Amino acid sequence: MTLLDPALRPPLAGARTGLVMEDQERFLFRVARKAFTEDGVLEWERRGIFDRCWLYLGHTSEIVENGDFLTRSVGGREMVFNRDRGGAVHAFLNTCPHRGATLVREPRGNSISFQCFYHGWAFNVNGRFASRYAEGNYGEDHYSGGCADLTPAPRLEHYRGFYFINFDRNAESLSDYLGGAKEYIDIVADHGEDGMEIVGGDQSYFINANWKLLAENSVDGFHGLPTHSTYFDYLQAVGDIKLGDVGNTFRGGAVDLGNGHAVIEYPSPWGRPVARWTPAWGEDKRELIEAGRARLIQAHGQERGTRMAELSRNMIIFPNLVINDIMAVTVRTFQPLAPDRMAVSAWALGVKGEDERVRALRLFNFLEFLGPGGLATPDDVEALESCQRGYRNLREAPWNDISKGMPRGANARTDDEEQMRCFWREWDRRVAEGAKA
Amino acid sequence: MSAAPTRAALEDFLYAEAALLDDWRLEEWFALFTPGAVYEVPTAGAPDDDDPTRSLFYIADDYVRLRERVIRLGKKEAHAEFPHSRTRRMISNVRILGTDGDIVRVACNLVCYRAKNGKVDTYFGHCLYAIDASGPDLRIAAKRVLLDMDLLYPGKVSIIL
Repeated sequence: MTLLDPALRPPLAGARTGLVMEDQERFLFRVARKAFTEDGVLEWERRGIFDRCWLYLGHTSEIVENGDFLTRSVGGREMVFNRDRGGAVHAFLNTCPHRGATLVREPRGNSISFQCFYHGWAFNVNGRFASRYAEGNYGEDHYSGGCADLTPAPRLEHYRGFYFINFDRNAESLSDYLGGAKEYIDIVADHGEDGMEIVGGDQSYFINANWKLLAENSVDGFHGLPTHSTYFDYLQAVGDIKLGDVGNTFRGGAVDLGNGHAVIEYPSPWGRPVARWTPAWGEDKRELIEAGRARLIQAHGQERGTRMAELSRNMIIFPNLVINDIMAVTVRTFQPLAPDRMAVSAWALGVKGEDERVRALRLFNFLEFLGPGGLATPDDVEALESCQRGYRNLREAPWNDISKGMPRGANARTDDEEQMRCFWREWDRRVAEGAKA
Repeated sequence: MSAAPTRAALEDFLYAEAALLDDWRLEEWFALFTPGAVYEVPTAGAPDDDDPTRSLFYIADDYVRLRERVIRLGKKEAHAEFPHSRTRRMISNVRILGTDGDIVRVACNLVCYRAKNGKVDTYFGHCLYAIDASGPDLRIAAKRVLLDMDLLYPGKVSIIL
């Protein structure tokens, strides 16, 4: 287990990083804690992952009207995500082609043009340079050759309204990249007959921990009971579940979706506003929620409809998108700022056009667990930050263990760690490529 | 209805409330609330009249969930607040916005410092209260804390603000 060179030299061609160790005979899977602490590793990640993978940008419902725009940091870049006057969707780098100033300085809005405040260069919202200076200032090519236009992300594609960008012009299609994850995006997208929408704003916050700790945590069924015992106490106190039920839940499976994506799917004790009523909500809401359940079964058949209604799903789409369809639906993405700090953005996804009582319940239920003020997420943040502090001891204690469930092979359970191993195998492959580049 | 409380009386009440939170006397703090009261923290920068049935908040507790929040924070399994962080709240700029029967609407400014794990978090914002003045003691019928930060730099609202 002395794979690590202290200087973290790039691995040889064809090799892995040396930071992920898998032994199928001894059922051991280990990740070097240096992967969470080294500036050099983050640099490899930027080249091997964030410059090459499809990265989540935003949802179509966030820019509904022509002219709508928002700004967002993705993969270390500053982006403008907008809909132009003809309805086409764009992703531009938020920098003036003239001298580099940040072009759009509001978080969101609606505009028919963008103008840089520094020297006044102006652009149509389709990215075309729109200033006209007197003859003699610029050559004709300056207007027609594209050299004064906004720079788009090299690739922009969407699946079911989820928009992604890629900074690698030669990347495979988004559809191929998502692979098996599409089936699970479909399950969420099909909650609504008319689609889904981001509901009322976002939760943006920071965690003093490496970004991969949140990738792991978001699909970690093993930590649920120990970390979140007070949340389960809450569910019991308000009448959702009885003591003893908790240990029998979470008996679902983990699925490798390919390309580093993975999902856990399992029965869960909480209510699901889409279609699973729970006594804590009161009898007056029962009919409303059960009508939602009937609608899903009618539209998608008994088997798929029941699965959509009953089961919870936590999914990681490599590298940094999480779609968790649990006591509410949350979409969450996170960006590394430093090896020990990340920026998190999280949203609630709801059924477009749903009854306002369901919408209210969805938001209320979201907050019982999720987000910076929820009864659970703050304890996750604490766990991640405590891991990051623990890695100060890495010279003497250098490895994380992610072996749970390996003897079960392909029959991994929700509270095993196979879904994290899927992430790490892809991470290892891509970071080794990044280190060679 | 008794005479409307003076600003001085309301200030005393808000200072006493802040002291209970700083001292982690959360059950006594919860006893300040009337049954049916709400406690809300919209997302940073949200408008004063934001609606938790339409917008995503950080916290939108009804009376039952607020009670459970208080119970939870009393357990050492509330990991984000174990051991308890050290906090100090500054309340100022107290204004009476109006009255509606026995309910007095009060605004104040808030700065709350929180220290834990070698790091100091600063929360700053303003609070809107509905104070029930019908009984011998003032009670809280609604408390909304509006953070005036652009982003949630502390990463969480694991304490009660």
